[in-house]
Amino acid sequence: MGKFNKTGKRGMPELNTSSLPDLIFTMLFFFMIVTTMREVTLKVQFQVPQGTELEKLEKKSLVSFIYIGKPMPEFQKKMGAESRIQLNDKFAEVAEVQDYIYQERENMKEEDQPFMTVSLKVDKDTKMGIVQDVKQALRQSYALKINYSATQRQ
Amino acid sequence: MARKKRGMPGINSSSTADIAFMLLIFFLTTTSMDTDRGLARRLPAPPENKDQKQDDIKVKERNVLQVRLNKDDQLMCGTDYIDVKQLKEKAKEFIANPYDDENLPEKHKKNIPLLGDCMVTEMHVISVQNDVGTSYQAYIDVQNELVAAYNELRNELGKSKFGKLYNECNEDEQKAIRDYYPQKISEAEPKKYGGK
Repeated sequence: MGKFNKTGKRGMPELNTSSLPDLIFTMLFFFMIVTTMREVTLKVQFQVPQGTELEKLEKKSLVSFIYIGKPMPEFQKKMGAESRIQLNDKFAEVAEVQDYIYQERENMKEEDQPFMTVSLKVDKDTKMGIVQDVKQALRQSYALKINYSATQRQ
Repeated sequence: MARKKRGMPGINSSSTADIAFMLLIFFLTTTSMDTDRGLARRLPAPPENKDQKQDDIKVKERNVLQVRLNKDDQLMCGTDYIDVKQLKEKAKEFIANPYDDENLPEKHKKNIPLLGDCMVTEMHVISVQNDVGTSYQAYIDVQNELVAAYNELRNELGKSKFGKLYNECNEDEQKAIRDYYPQKISEAEPKKYGGK
């Protein structure tokens, strides 16, 4: 039975880690692709309403956002507690919405411009008056594809 | 000058894993996987000039479903107050007009590819009117119910004609179904009853 004789301690074979960086890199690339950085700092607080018939918002590069809600507590002293519009990084008035849309459209590739979508992220307690004004402004600037941001109702 | 070939010393790559890890963790923390979802709608084009605003498209009364929301989020459909939950059934009945009711939208014969000649309620309009003081959640609820009504009707039609849901149909079939049940939700200007 010499074949099965143990001659000396064998010890654990070392785990080959040479492919570890490759694995990590693969994961890294995955996250780099799916990641979307929030490019604006929110100055209004909002909780989007709930719905059941929602569609996914695709092609992030074609989407511009308009936020409407009450100002964050730290801005409330200056801006009051009324619902405000936020475009990019600052508070705005309804009259500025059109300029914002034109600007966003300028930044797009020409072939993409007809597919521009505007996502309205509006707090659920906002009054319709301000939303309606924004919608009229969007109509005037021919940004007709809009998306009312909402969360799925369970 | 017989020099021995030295050869490149290999770069020590044992720390690539660490660098990659750091990048990975950075992207892991900044990533937001939740996709934005929402109700997709299309706004009507703005009126070309002010004179044209009073469009001469006359819509018969039976073809219009009036949905009104007041500032206290009360919902009125047609002539009576209803709950949001009833709106879907009302809208479905209105859009499809299954029994050819005289008070519901009139039907027209239309030739739709894949479906043949059908009687469709092409002329119907659902008119949503809200007050300045209506809350956004109530407005979305109404929009949501109306879209749900259309989706259910389309799914039913898809099931009976093609044996599958609307979303599962191919492009031509979807177009046929869309022709059968076109989405017509119009939004009137909000009424302003004094003050905000």
